[in-house]
Amino acid sequence: MAAVDYSRWDPIVGKLGWDIFPFHEPVVLVTFIGVVIGGVAVLGALTYFKLWGYLWKEWFTSIDHKKIGIMYMVLALVMLVRGFADALLMRVQQAWTATGGAGYLEPHHYDQIFTAHGMIMIFFVAMPFVTGLMNFVMPLQIGARDVAFPFLNNFSFWLTTSGAVLVMMSLFIGEFSTAGWLAYPPLSGIQFSPSVGVDYYIWALQIAGIGTTLSGINLIVTIVKMRAPGMAYMKMPVFCWTALCTNILIVATFPILTATLVLLTLDRYLGTHFFTNDLGGNPMMYVNLIWIWGHPEVYILILPIFGVFSEIVSTFSGKRLFGYTSMVYATAVITILSYIVWLHHFFTMGAGASVNSFFGITTMVISIPTGAKMFNWLFTIYKGRIKFELPMYWTLGFMLTFVIGGMSGVMLAVPPADYVLHNSLFLIAHFHNVIIGGVVFGVFAAMTYWFPKAFGFRLAPFWGKVSFWCWLIGFYLAFMPLYVLGLMGVTRRLSQFEGTAYSAYFVVALIGALFVAAGIAAFLIQIAVSIRNREALRDTTGDPWNGRTLEWSTSSPPPYYNFAFTPKVHQIDAWWQMKQAGYERPLDNFEPIHMPRYTSTGIILSGIITVLGFALIWHIWWLAAMTFVVAIAYGIDHTFNYDREYYVQPDEVAGIEGERTRLLAAEVAPK
Amino acid sequence: MSTETAMGQPEFYVRQSAHDDEGEHHHETGTMLGFWIYLMSDCLIFGTLFATYAVLGRNFAAGPSPADLFELDMILLSTFMLLFSSITYGFSVLRMDKGDLKGTQIWLVVTGLFGLAFLGLEIHEFSHLWHIGATPMASAFLSSFYTLVGTHGLHVTVGCIWLVVLLVQLRIRGLTPENKRRMMCLSMFWHFLDLIWIGVFSFVYLAGVLV
Repeated sequence: MAAVDYSRWDPIVGKLGWDIFPFHEPVVLVTFIGVVIGGVAVLGALTYFKLWGYLWKEWFTSIDHKKIGIMYMVLALVMLVRGFADALLMRVQQAWTATGGAGYLEPHHYDQIFTAHGMIMIFFVAMPFVTGLMNFVMPLQIGARDVAFPFLNNFSFWLTTSGAVLVMMSLFIGEFSTAGWLAYPPLSGIQFSPSVGVDYYIWALQIAGIGTTLSGINLIVTIVKMRAPGMAYMKMPVFCWTALCTNILIVATFPILTATLVLLTLDRYLGTHFFTNDLGGNPMMYVNLIWIWGHPEVYILILPIFGVFSEIVSTFSGKRLFGYTSMVYATAVITILSYIVWLHHFFTMGAGASVNSFFGITTMVISIPTGAKMFNWLFTIYKGRIKFELPMYWTLGFMLTFVIGGMSGVMLAVPPADYVLHNSLFLIAHFHNVIIGGVVFGVFAAMTYWFPKAFGFRLAPFWGKVSFWCWLIGFYLAFMPLYVLGLMGVTRRLSQFEGTAYSAYFVVALIGALFVAAGIAAFLIQIAVSIRNREALRDTTGDPWNGRTLEWSTSSPPPYYNFAFTPKVHQIDAWWQMKQAGYERPLDNFEPIHMPRYTSTGIILSGIITVLGFALIWHIWWLAAMTFVVAIAYGIDHTFNYDREYYVQPDEVAGIEGERTRLLAAEVAPK
Repeated sequence: MSTETAMGQPEFYVRQSAHDDEGEHHHETGTMLGFWIYLMSDCLIFGTLFATYAVLGRNFAAGPSPADLFELDMILLSTFMLLFSSITYGFSVLRMDKGDLKGTQIWLVVTGLFGLAFLGLEIHEFSHLWHIGATPMASAFLSSFYTLVGTHGLHVTVGCIWLVVLLVQLRIRGLTPENKRRMMCLSMFWHFLDLIWIGVFSFVYLAGVLV
């Protein structure tokens, strides 16, 4: 790769120069051309169909939690394609070189790919997926009309998007980090990573991370303060419990990430000595801090997914969830334990037998509450009237796969074993096993389950089943060989192999990745097919699965105010009880509803912050200073706007509710 | 709470009118809770910086140690500036509760002046240290010292800017519920910074000079 001199600096353009565009790299160039053509096509189509005004007015400036939730999901899906493309590039390279070929990726490029893959998949796929789910579902489940701070919610989303934009820019403008997804120093320090790659990493994470913290605060307050009357904590749906615990973890850990990244930034920008090898710095300090955030982070991802499966299992088994109370306590225990296991990521640091034993034991203990959850789901299914719909496919696939991943996790938790398995492909297989088998399967289950609520029509099951089987088979083909390879000692992050002894394993893994590619494609086809057949798939009842919780009591899609009247809750499965008691929808005497106004402040402010991030990455100080001042001034200006809410008039509510009454009647009449 | 209607069926929704005032009230307490949770997240940022200082604070790299650098007299003075500013903020809130706009504003101005005095002393200290060669680049101890104390100073700066904005908003709109809420949020922020400073003062300055 032609080396760009990143030590240069110009007062006007910072480190920018014409040689930063990676035109000499055929792989990147082809991608770039593809993205430009695709991008122009999308932008052209939006302009041609005059959709900009609609998108701006109805979506980008929306502070409706449902729309923000959907935008999070869209962001995550787009980034999933990007992150998966990275995965496929790596699988092809490894299969190619393991069979004796030369490969097609230079080591420097390969390093950027695995760094981008890990970072994107966690921060810009898994995180927006779970945040989007919590945003969409949780307020509906607690009978609220929005979140506690609707503007902040919009701003958080755009900050996350801002981070994603910066990462995507690094593909074509300059380069990305080569230091792995957690950017351990001293490799990520200025001495060994002089390029802008780590700076892209830092600022993208920093901006997105602040968005995540704000969103965490927002959702906690929503759950604590805005539950429908009668919904005591122990009557909340389990998904809301897991959302509460996840957001507590977010608020309790993301500030640590923020602070740690600030210290790394100071090392790189000012030449301080937090994590350097000289003048008293301590790189292991970084590794400790980043994992004090990083381990709870994996529980931030999986806890809401446990909630998703709890909802799905009880709905499709037609039963109350088995062991509600133990489920809640298990979630709380996992929340607490997740905070005291971080050191198991680096037993090889050499902290000594006592320290390693402590963290090994706490790690193994987590499998107890998780196991309790697994049994609760099994007992819910037991003797249930199971409707084997698509979400149940994903659920069963999860239960099997996640248990395998959990068991390999317990193996890694044994410090002596970890000394052998550390940094091997066994570890890679383990965490993909729990993240794909847990988070990804859960997200697909959730999307299938709540899609009719979000859009008013179901997803056509055929392509969903194709997607499920491709993902399931693809996962096992891709990662079981990695367990074996890891046990044989193959380390992670290798772009070249000396011999061909492992060729069969890597080829099988590549085939697995191709299956997963088909799974993603099938999911996208499923959405397209369902949109085309939406009239046949329409859900006019608002309750397509015979659900149990409050989100199913309103129409699909719900009106922007969610509930014409705030529900009153008496039991855990509030909507189920309402149906059993023969509840009748109130049809008159509507009253004004207090709602927040849409605002463009969030997206504009995030746009300014994106430019600020770019200026900081490229050391364009004048632009950084300018955008910083403008962002602060614009933020302050926003606080002078006191007119943020309005009342929806009863006539309008009556109109919307009357339409629903008509639909419900039409549903009943033909039968 | 009556949960049964005349027909013996539980009530499944709330009629708005009975609930609306409560809803308004909810919103206010929601902001206070949210701001408090934000402060706790900020507290974790400081916690991380304190932990970093605890680990790296003795790595002098053949450079100066706290005993060589810190002038406790000045630090005591700036500590009092900050403590006084917290008391005067309290006075301002007391005036606010009495509905006295003028008094609220005057005490806010006094608070801001104490805050600025604190910042002035800190800038003076930093520039002095920098001048004699004790820069953040000199050792891990100084890196973590500047970052911990500087982050606190940055927060006080933000607090001062916020205070000025709030003064303008009080002037324009007076003691409206929104402005009162903002007063209470800034109050929490300001006292929180005081608390952090107590930690910095004892943990960094006093303990540093002891050894």
